[in-house]
Amino acid sequence: MATTSTGAIEKTKSVEVKKKLNVLIVDDDTLTRKLHESIIKAIGGISQTAKNGEEAVNIHQNGNASFDLILMDKEMPEMDGLSATKKLREMKVTSMIIGVTSLADNEVERKAFMEAGLNHCLAKPLNKDKILPLINSLMDA
Amino acid sequence: MDTLVAQLQRQFRDYTISLYHQGFLDDQFTELKKLQDECSPDFVAEVVSLFFEDCEKLIGNMARALDQTGNVDFNLVGSSVHQLKGSSSSVGAKRVKGLCITFKECCDSQNFEGCVRCLQQVDIEYKSLKAKLQDLFNLEQQIVQAGGRIPQVDI
Repeated sequence: MATTSTGAIEKTKSVEVKKKLNVLIVDDDTLTRKLHESIIKAIGGISQTAKNGEEAVNIHQNGNASFDLILMDKEMPEMDGLSATKKLREMKVTSMIIGVTSLADNEVERKAFMEAGLNHCLAKPLNKDKILPLINSLMDA
Repeated sequence: MDTLVAQLQRQFRDYTISLYHQGFLDDQFTELKKLQDECSPDFVAEVVSLFFEDCEKLIGNMARALDQTGNVDFNLVGSSVHQLKGSSSSVGAKRVKGLCITFKECCDSQNFEGCVRCLQQVDIEYKSLKAKLQDLFNLEQQIVQAGGRIPQVDI
């Protein structure tokens, strides 16, 4: 189901993002989706989830989806994160896309994932302290 | 004389610290606790429960794959190990994560005996952690039922 960006500006707090983010969490693992949903909520955002890259692409197919941020896992069935990122960029999706992977330390894999169209790549596990400064700096850029 | 609440809180504090010092948990578990609040009071228990479900499912997959004597698909075993490593990392299950790293190396080198040993160790370790976390959650419950608050524990 597609959603629209809220666009509301909130007073900057040290523990929250500068703008209420609408986030798409793409991961095949239930635990990871739950964890990331909670992190996004804790930093003042709202989220929707997709179980794989194909679902993430389908959410954008009708042209109404507008997410500020997509957290994209790399290894997923049906369509992996690299393929989904490439497809979304081909569809002119301009959301920030942060790759989230346990292979982030492998430079070759990371480079290929970045070149698919990511804004940044982070290693699992995510937490507030890791993601908040990155989101704020990407929004400032 | 310590009240019951104070005794329970001290027990909780000491037990929590011991779980970190003995290597059962790492900082990621602390991060999970930070995400728990009045709106999601059972967040840690829910996430941990998902982790143990993952353990059972994935260990079952690995056992079945390793049972194919002479025809073991090490890629399949490695894939389950990779998923378990991810889950254990997400909840701060430090020992399980460490074992998964060794297990993955055995898969990559197609070391059957090594894989079997690692599987046995992972099974023991996740069950041990499950029991310890259950004890921790029970202590929390006792504190609340005695009218106290669960103390913040700085590691």
